[in-house]
Amino acid sequence: MAGLEGIEINSEALSGNVAPVLHEISALLKQLLHSGEGGTVDLHSLPLTPDDQRLLRRQLGEGEVAATLDSLGRSEIRETGITGVWWVSHFNANGELMAEFVEVTAIPEILKSDPADIEQALLTIEERLKF
Amino acid sequence: MADEKTLEQRLRQQGISRRGFMKFCAATASMLALPQSAVPAIAEALGKAKRPSVIWLSFQECTGCTESLTRAHLPTIESLIFDAISLDYHHTLQAAAGQAAEQAREQAMKQFHGSYLVAVDGSVPMKDGGLYSTIAGVSNLEMLRETVEGAAAVIAIGTCASYGGLPHASPNPTGAVSVEELMASGEIETRPLINVPGCPPIPVVISGVLAHYLTFGAIPELDQLKRPKSFYGDSIHDRCYRRTFYDQGKFAETFDDEGARNGWCLYKLGCKGPTTHNACATTKWNGGVSFPIESGHGCLGCSEPDFWDAGGFYQVLSEPTSPLGGAAVGAAAVGAAAGAAVAWQNLKKRDEAREAHEELTVDELEKHS
Repeated sequence: MAGLEGIEINSEALSGNVAPVLHEISALLKQLLHSGEGGTVDLHSLPLTPDDQRLLRRQLGEGEVAATLDSLGRSEIRETGITGVWWVSHFNANGELMAEFVEVTAIPEILKSDPADIEQALLTIEERLKF
Repeated sequence: MADEKTLEQRLRQQGISRRGFMKFCAATASMLALPQSAVPAIAEALGKAKRPSVIWLSFQECTGCTESLTRAHLPTIESLIFDAISLDYHHTLQAAAGQAAEQAREQAMKQFHGSYLVAVDGSVPMKDGGLYSTIAGVSNLEMLRETVEGAAAVIAIGTCASYGGLPHASPNPTGAVSVEELMASGEIETRPLINVPGCPPIPVVISGVLAHYLTFGAIPELDQLKRPKSFYGDSIHDRCYRRTFYDQGKFAETFDDEGARNGWCLYKLGCKGPTTHNACATTKWNGGVSFPIESGHGCLGCSEPDFWDAGGFYQVLSEPTSPLGGAAVGAAAVGAAAGAAVAWQNLKKRDEAREAHEELTVDELEKHS
């Protein structure tokens, strides 16, 4: 037998938990539309199998926007095919996934520049203008 | 040593932006099972958090708990150990040895009296004057007693410190006891105590408890066994992705049958998930890759008291796991005839299976061992 590949394992293991997650996303999207307030589904604490995760990603699809954040490791912030629904994955410096969310919002908060950082940026550019 | 800078100031000094800090807070909230709407509050609290001194004492243990902690997958473990806390004494990790190491502990105890945290892994031997485990010629009990006296809180890390663990397993040759037992018996001062059991505990559960203390300045809400509810509030079974198969009555009967290949519930193979409270099913292990049940083996129940003496790992939970005691003998005698009939049936089944070369389940085998 050629290593572990020779062992037959059924790859399709669905728990049936994807549908409730999609319902929650749908409810949050409705809320976002009517009140402007979205919400976040923390995928980390949900009992989803790897196949569930793949199904959820397939159901949401790929959108138009993808951003990468490089701070304390990489983060991927991608809009899904459902506008207003973002898939956010935070990795640590070793590339290990440490948190994963589905955010229902017009723009994820983490993408916005922080006022304290902007203040610091102003000082930086003023310093550069002195030359 | 602990300093006066806040966590956010230290991160900024290292060139980590507000976004990086918010990412850290989002991951921390997720780890503590708090809603993401709490992230701004966590950011404010963590941003202002001062670095507490932590003294880590290792007694009758295998170093598995430290191994676990050093594999925590927070943004970086370094940021937790060296930025969020000041680990002033840990005889496995620290560079100092001998007298210099003990001086570091004494200095931290003196300088931060009343505010430092004590982390304990391992149980404390009480038999024969505690001679089975000593550090620098000092018994574990004596070292714990003097260190706990000035502590703000004590974190018992791992099943050994929480309940006695493997050293406490029958016949308990060293008279091993837990930190909680020592507080209850008055051997050491009573301080707020958090039990973080597991053999070993999940790394992020250890660091999560520290993060909670940093965030809120207090110990987290605990269950009746003094375990943080955010990590031990649900049973493994309740949060298991295979739970749906349990509900559908789909079980693996052996480790290599069709049910096992289909990823069905491992209850009949002795899984202790229904009686075990821990976060393995959601937090998982090895950087979130998997956990025992996902890898095809039932839960051993390592975060529950006396898991080592609770019967066979492959015995089904609902079956008796220990011989019947004296009080039960009468009732057992009444049922003896029926029991003998069941036993005969089981033997017959085994013989039939042997003839037909069928696989027997582990619990079927244990009934006859």
